[in-house]
Amino acid sequence: MFSRTILSRVGMSTFLATGPKTNPVLQAVRQTAFSSIRPATAPIKPSPFLLSLAAQRRLLSDAVRQAIDKAVGSAPVVLFMKGTPETPQCGFSRASIQVLGLQGVDPEKFAAYNVLEDSELRQGIKEYSDWPTIPQLYVDKEFIGGCDIIVSMHQNGELAKLLEEKKVLAAEAEGQAEGEKKE
Amino acid sequence: MASPTPVEDAIKQKITAALQPTTLEIYNDSHLHAHHKPMQGVTSTETHFRLVITSEAFQKKMQPARHRLVYSLLKDELAQEGGIHALQLRTMTPEEEAKRRAQEAEAE
Repeated sequence: MFSRTILSRVGMSTFLATGPKTNPVLQAVRQTAFSSIRPATAPIKPSPFLLSLAAQRRLLSDAVRQAIDKAVGSAPVVLFMKGTPETPQCGFSRASIQVLGLQGVDPEKFAAYNVLEDSELRQGIKEYSDWPTIPQLYVDKEFIGGCDIIVSMHQNGELAKLLEEKKVLAAEAEGQAEGEKKE
Repeated sequence: MASPTPVEDAIKQKITAALQPTTLEIYNDSHLHAHHKPMQGVTSTETHFRLVITSEAFQKKMQPARHRLVYSLLKDELAQEGGIHALQLRTMTPEEEAKRRAQEAEAE
């Protein structure tokens, strides 16, 4: 699946850069909607699709929306962040990852997307969530909030309750095994 | 505008007008972040803010809705090139603030 190229799971290497099966539609989405970061003024190759994207720059394109839909649904717990769980590129993203780690979220049920890898994702997710900042947390496809909300829910116990209800916490023994892998 | 803090002024003015907060604390943390990468080439000294807002307007709103309300008020400042880069929010109703103060007093 194309989304794996930008997927990074806690405890695993930064990129799962497996070549997706060539599906022309996904391929197009991947190249245009989630291509690697590049100067906004100089798209690598102007394709008709990109030109039409430029024309409707302000509106979230269907392709990007679908790509984000897929990302949001790719795991029970999804974090859009700057950098990767291993090397966050922003203090707020780092704090959010730390909270999810402290809560004991099962790495198998977690996916993180690095918005710095893709300018379409970086802009698109803001419009998709109607939320102007990164990081953004989704649980079961539902928008939960940004860093301040994650931290305050962590402190007041609401996050633990939510994650438990959604059954996304690692079992005790598993948690330890994953912890070893993580380092 | 002659003010040395146009962004902070705008925050204060817009939030006061729209939310009539009983508490509004504005902290400019920009100096703490001046050297990190995304701030290269940014000359503004008003990029990172932390706000504590207590308002009746937050009544019956979940946290994401409260934050969205504040974000929408500061949409222009957030969208501007070299404008607000990071905005930390603590949004409370007067009851929640009172509760928090009581808890803090107890902890001391």
